[in-house]
Amino acid sequence: MKMIYLDHAATTPVDNKVLVEMEPYFIDKFGNPSSIYKIGREGKDILCECRHRAMSMLGAKKPAEIIFTSGATESNNLAIKGVAIYVEKVLKQKPHLIVSSIEHHSMLDAARYLQKYFGYELTLLPVDKEGRVDPQEIEKSIKDNTVFVSVMYGNNESGTLEPIAKIGEVIKEAKIKRSKGKNNLPLVFHSDIVQAFQYFDCSVDRLGVDMLSLTGHKFYGPKGVGLLYVRLGTPFLPQQQGGAQEKNRRAGTENTPYIVGLVKAMELAVAERQENEKYIAELSDYLVSRIEKEIPEVELIGSKDVMKRLPHVSTFLFKKVEGEAILINLDLANIAASSGSACTSGSLEASHVTKAMGYSDLDAHGMVRFSLGKLNKREDIDKLMEILPDIMVKLREMSPIK
Amino acid sequence: MGNELYNEKVMDHFMHPRNVGQIKDANGIGQAGNPTCGDIMKIYLDIEEIDGKEIIRDIKFQTFGCGAAVATSSMVTEMVIGKTLDEAEELTNKAVAEALGGLPPIKMHCSNLAANALQDAIKNYRAKKS
Repeated sequence: MKMIYLDHAATTPVDNKVLVEMEPYFIDKFGNPSSIYKIGREGKDILCECRHRAMSMLGAKKPAEIIFTSGATESNNLAIKGVAIYVEKVLKQKPHLIVSSIEHHSMLDAARYLQKYFGYELTLLPVDKEGRVDPQEIEKSIKDNTVFVSVMYGNNESGTLEPIAKIGEVIKEAKIKRSKGKNNLPLVFHSDIVQAFQYFDCSVDRLGVDMLSLTGHKFYGPKGVGLLYVRLGTPFLPQQQGGAQEKNRRAGTENTPYIVGLVKAMELAVAERQENEKYIAELSDYLVSRIEKEIPEVELIGSKDVMKRLPHVSTFLFKKVEGEAILINLDLANIAASSGSACTSGSLEASHVTKAMGYSDLDAHGMVRFSLGKLNKREDIDKLMEILPDIMVKLREMSPIK
Repeated sequence: MGNELYNEKVMDHFMHPRNVGQIKDANGIGQAGNPTCGDIMKIYLDIEEIDGKEIIRDIKFQTFGCGAAVATSSMVTEMVIGKTLDEAEELTNKAVAEALGGLPPIKMHCSNLAANALQDAIKNYRAKKS
């Protein structure tokens, strides 16, 4: 039975074009970029080239603004900890951090860690029912000691896009105000563009960001590699010591083959951006219309405006049914999707994202996310819809919730 | 268990649950679980007194929950149907999990509450009677 993969927001298969470019750097060109001899220099050259290519795709100004990491989790940790700890230890000020309540755990948990163990002030920004942050709320939350603001571009559960450029403007104005006064503290705007990069222009000046986190495996690149963009002049303290790599900001031998893969995947994503965005938005539209037509008591969560959504993410609240029960039934038909249900997360807690959007724990347990990719076909949706309505009828018959 | 989430017996009870539904004139109804965990189990009993013994003549369940929640509910109904109330009262969640050949550790406390729903239904029957 052919697998139908509808969980691209979790991860994606590596594109063969990416794999082909990575291959030479495992066995033939395996040199350590810090070594002086030929294959070492080759490694250094390809790294330098990759950095330039990544730089241009993000509209960065200098190659040094790109720090290669092990993925977005590391990038997010480095961003918030790097800035906050710099402010406390170097500038001797108590930092205040602003983080949206729908961020990925790698940002939220890092923020809570700094609050709990370092005593930093933390403001968690609320979102509306569609999962959107209000830029005015940020304006109101910025205090004299606010040094870091993080809002992701597109949310992996709700699919809702955040008004990043507008928030960028708000922060720019706050910076100008600050520079006119006697306040020398930095005000760093960070965004996690993990889900959005493959579909939307993420040029740093368009977004007005100082930092960006990215990982390769959400757009047909390898897992275990990502980057952090850091605008020139943004102060932060490195969080990993042990070598001069990445200009002393991220110690550790560079993961050459994976960095090559990340950058190639970024290039493919940028080259295919419009085409994929259009194709996947149409496919998602087909999925949403069929589910809404053929299954009663269902709600698409997040923004109702397709222009304000990630094209690939559609999360549905199926009332009176539990997510894992749906997923197991789908899995038996070799269809892969994911759920907001606690059961599947391992943490036994309902999703913090849907909770922030105002959904109850019970609602969160009934959510199933379908996230499409460029390899999906209309037939995949047809196959899904051959069984999904029956699964719902069966599980709802079993449900004590009326 | 290989790469399977649940063993074969659990999957069988999940995909082909026994005794699903309600009993119209149930003389004992019980519930367990909570929305935060994402499991709600409801048990309906039809108890008849024969020769001074209270026998579970019929039992049905309704469950909102994951695979383990459904399977344990189904298992409970199979284990106590035709039994006396005194026997049914002895049934524990642990015994239900064992009868299913085990559950993943993470499911043991959150989704293994079907026996509680049964005990709640028996309590409800006794309270109504007295």
